[in-house]
Amino acid sequence: MMSYNGGKFDVIVIGAGHAGVEAGLAAARMGADTLMLTLNLDAVAYMPCNPSVGGPAKGIVVREIDALGGEMARNIDKTHIQMRMLNTGKGPAVRALRAQADKFTYQHEMKQTIEDTENLLLRQGMVEKLIVEDGQIQGVITQTGAEYYAKTVVVTTGTYLRGKVILGDLSYESGPNNMQPSVNLSYHLQELGFDMVRFKTGTPPRVNGQTIDYDQTEIQPGDDVPRAFSYETTKYITDQLPCWLTYTNAETHELINGNLSRSPMYSGMIEGTGPRYCPSIEDKIVRFNDKPRHQIFLEPEGRNTKEVYVQGLSTSLPEDVQHSILKTIPGLQNVRMMRPGYAIEYDAIVPTQLWPSLETKKIEGLFTAGQINGTSGYEEAAGQGLMAGINAARKVQGEEPLILDRSEAYIGVLIDDLITKGTNEPYRLLTSRAEYRLLLRHDNADLRLTEKGYEIGLISEDRYNSFTDKKAKIAAEIKRLEKTIIKVSDDAQKIVEEAGSAPMKEAVSAALLLKRPEITYDHVARLTEPEEELEADVKEQVEIQVKYEGYISKQLEQVERLKKMENKKLPEDLDYMAINGIATEARQKLAEVRPLSIAQASRVSGVNPSDVSVLLVYMEQGQLQKVKQA
Amino acid sequence: MEMDTISAISTPMGEGAIGIVRISGDDAIQLADNLFKGKRPLAEAETHTINYGHIKDPDTGDIVEEVMVSVLKAPRTYTKENMVEINCHGGLTSVNRVLQLVLNEGARLAEPGEFTKRAFLNGRIDLSQAEGVIDLIRAKTDRAMNVAMNQVEGKLSQRIQKLRQALLETVAHVEVNIDYPEYDAEEMTLEILQEKGSFVKKEIDRLLQTAQQGKILREGLSTVIIGRPNVGKSSLLNSLVQENKAIVTDIPGTTRDVIEEYVNVRGVPLRLLDTAGIRETEDVVERLGVERSRKVINSAELVLLVLNNNEPLTEADEELFKLSEGHDVITIVNKTDLEEKINLNRVRKLAGNRPVVATSLLKDEGVDELEEAIRELFFEGDLETGDMSYVSNSRHIALLNQAKKTIDDALGAMEAGMPVDMVQIDITKAWELLGEVIGDSVSESLIDQLFSQFCLGK
Repeated sequence: MMSYNGGKFDVIVIGAGHAGVEAGLAAARMGADTLMLTLNLDAVAYMPCNPSVGGPAKGIVVREIDALGGEMARNIDKTHIQMRMLNTGKGPAVRALRAQADKFTYQHEMKQTIEDTENLLLRQGMVEKLIVEDGQIQGVITQTGAEYYAKTVVVTTGTYLRGKVILGDLSYESGPNNMQPSVNLSYHLQELGFDMVRFKTGTPPRVNGQTIDYDQTEIQPGDDVPRAFSYETTKYITDQLPCWLTYTNAETHELINGNLSRSPMYSGMIEGTGPRYCPSIEDKIVRFNDKPRHQIFLEPEGRNTKEVYVQGLSTSLPEDVQHSILKTIPGLQNVRMMRPGYAIEYDAIVPTQLWPSLETKKIEGLFTAGQINGTSGYEEAAGQGLMAGINAARKVQGEEPLILDRSEAYIGVLIDDLITKGTNEPYRLLTSRAEYRLLLRHDNADLRLTEKGYEIGLISEDRYNSFTDKKAKIAAEIKRLEKTIIKVSDDAQKIVEEAGSAPMKEAVSAALLLKRPEITYDHVARLTEPEEELEADVKEQVEIQVKYEGYISKQLEQVERLKKMENKKLPEDLDYMAINGIATEARQKLAEVRPLSIAQASRVSGVNPSDVSVLLVYMEQGQLQKVKQA
Repeated sequence: MEMDTISAISTPMGEGAIGIVRISGDDAIQLADNLFKGKRPLAEAETHTINYGHIKDPDTGDIVEEVMVSVLKAPRTYTKENMVEINCHGGLTSVNRVLQLVLNEGARLAEPGEFTKRAFLNGRIDLSQAEGVIDLIRAKTDRAMNVAMNQVEGKLSQRIQKLRQALLETVAHVEVNIDYPEYDAEEMTLEILQEKGSFVKKEIDRLLQTAQQGKILREGLSTVIIGRPNVGKSSLLNSLVQENKAIVTDIPGTTRDVIEEYVNVRGVPLRLLDTAGIRETEDVVERLGVERSRKVINSAELVLLVLNNNEPLTEADEELFKLSEGHDVITIVNKTDLEEKINLNRVRKLAGNRPVVATSLLKDEGVDELEEAIRELFFEGDLETGDMSYVSNSRHIALLNQAKKTIDDALGAMEAGMPVDMVQIDITKAWELLGEVIGDSVSESLIDQLFSQFCLGK
């Protein structure tokens, strides 16, 4: 192949999936001259699996992306078919928004945004090689021979790296949904010395909605209240489409059991490690054989299509078995399948090879984000893409990377888990992965991160001003409630009784009254009105911050202790082999992960407190400098 | 890994005029203040001063000990951290009690040499000692790991594992409701959570009771023999001592009336109090009077009340029953070799559900039954000596107390109507604390549990 010089950029992003688009948009918006290369321009921001965005933990990531100036929240706000707030019956820490996407308009909208963005060039092309000199990235080479040069490169290849689709005893090299896979780049990354792993995921069949008998299913409508992910959204979609719920049954399970021998999962054809949280239907039936039925959610894939996603039926059984399985399920007896489900295997890099900035340790200026780092999920990908894009641009501009810690954002938890502990299955965020989830709420993502988004230049002046305004209002109102004394009066007792709370015995501050579980901000406001009517989100913050103050301050204390250890920095080129007293296993792990702080070191698996003590000894004695790598 | 606040007894184990409990760390002064009652709080005291006051139990408000407390503020201290030294009266019991309270407040029991290690880490000790300290750290962990290994195999660990599993399943259930709100798992309700919480709390209480038993095994069950003159107290004492080879302690500098003798009755170590009084002439005991008897009884955990089968019950006998109310009492009806003149029905009524044993110490009859009664009383039937696992380590006791307190917080929050996911913060904390007892790390186990307990997916 004749090669030619394709031009020079600041940042090149390989891939335009959910990680790639965030990386490209962030870099370009920060002023970096950015090239975004993708295999197929019709697959920008493509959703190869479920047509939905958000949910517990993931939905909070979407809010965080928005607070930092990313695109996912705005895009889904414009293109969803329904939205629901989940966990409304529980505490504020675990509430989360989820949207069903119109997957086609989602793509079109995102592509348009990219096309309209200054400094950003979207181009079709398959990268096969990286140009590396002296351990520094220089650029990329495409299949068609174009050589593009850049100071930093972000790789977001999703499930395309040496992708292989498996369906019954059929298997072939392919990206998701029969897209072209990226084979040479994977081999090239191995040649460059990256440790790779092979992961697996899967997707269920899609059926024609006109052939579903919805009368045999339960309706799952969106919320009546208008909802939005982005703090900027002012226009709400009111015309929503419902989803539907049905169940598998004994007949379904019998059929699957009878065909297990034809499942590639059990015939040994699949070598990749699949995620536990996303088992195929055959897995569920084998592992939980006492469960009489499994839920099946029917989710429309968009407004202008009849295709319906059969959530809960992810499978790699042969196509003929899939036809039969569908017909055993109430509402689907006469259904016409449009696309079969399948399993897909792909290569990912071992993420402990990354710094917290998502830059690779091996090649300076090379960043990776999304499924290539071993994660799963659009939101996890988008969060990493945004951070990689920001840090790639900051590197070009000579700035320090932006790193979020575990107490600041789910994105911080996600990245720290990946680069410190690695993962042996596709990684999904769960609320239980966050130690400080009471601080990492859906409602306060803006309070946590807008400041940072503004500093790096992704949040506009207008938005920043309204943010500081909101912050001031919250603080002032909390102060007012703490100072206002509510006396025992007929009025007060009436409101307290109406709320279902015990009668007041003595005069208390309005804040103390609000701490009662049954009392809401509105109850208190009736007893002591603020000078001017406050916005709903201000009221919400006041209520949460006052009501859960005890728990919140407990977590803040823990965070304080964590920060002390985060502030004890370790040099990145420490020679752990030269430090006496660290156990052998810990030494190897530390040498691999090369943590940047004592806190991170203590989270590396296989490192125990005494090893950390030894590091502290060296640090306090000023001897760390002596054991840096030559 | 963080520099938490640590505490330990810093004087040698054994009898001494004073004992010192030392605390070091950021929270040292505040923590001591939670227990200290003096002219002013320690936080307001000048650094390097010693302050007179009392240590009180924050739960009961009881005064535990009269103390002198040194306040040493960072950085001019041995460890370069805030330090407090509580000077208590000598004797293991009082120093231990104070240490226990300090640990309950959240300090961690210092490992051997840890104050010195702190001093080193904080840069107070000379550079040349670096290698030595590293060796120390290494050696200590290896030892600690041995201890941990032994405990992993022990019964205690099994019981705690069971409790942790119960908590873990509960937490995983709450988590699945949060992370998969539409999954058709039963919603974890406050009722179920309450039930589990109360169950675990009860079990922790039982474990802490074994701590009490462990303490008794080490220190002996204080026992007193009471009865009117001439009912056979000396015979009983001689019988227990002869058969069980008493070790007579004669603590120097003490008066004769507190002389104690240790005997081991079927695995129960009895510390017999006031044996001097019994061995003296009968009229001395009479001379002691009701007040003295009350005092002796109150200092005992077990009362052996001796009656004479050959005489009707007297007012004095009834008075002794009254005095020993609220104690573990075994009633011994002695002299069964003579004619029965005592009203046995009345004796049984007075004894209530506490054991009554008939003996003839003269003919050496009934002693077996008595010893069996003592054994049963102590082991309560449901614990066998052979595989009993005692919580004996102060650190474990403190962790269990903290776990119990955390569960109490959770139960309180439930009562106050806090949402399940808030309550769960404390439940998870209790699970972690129990994990610390057996040296189990947290890491992935919750997520493993989540996916093995529930069938989740898309």
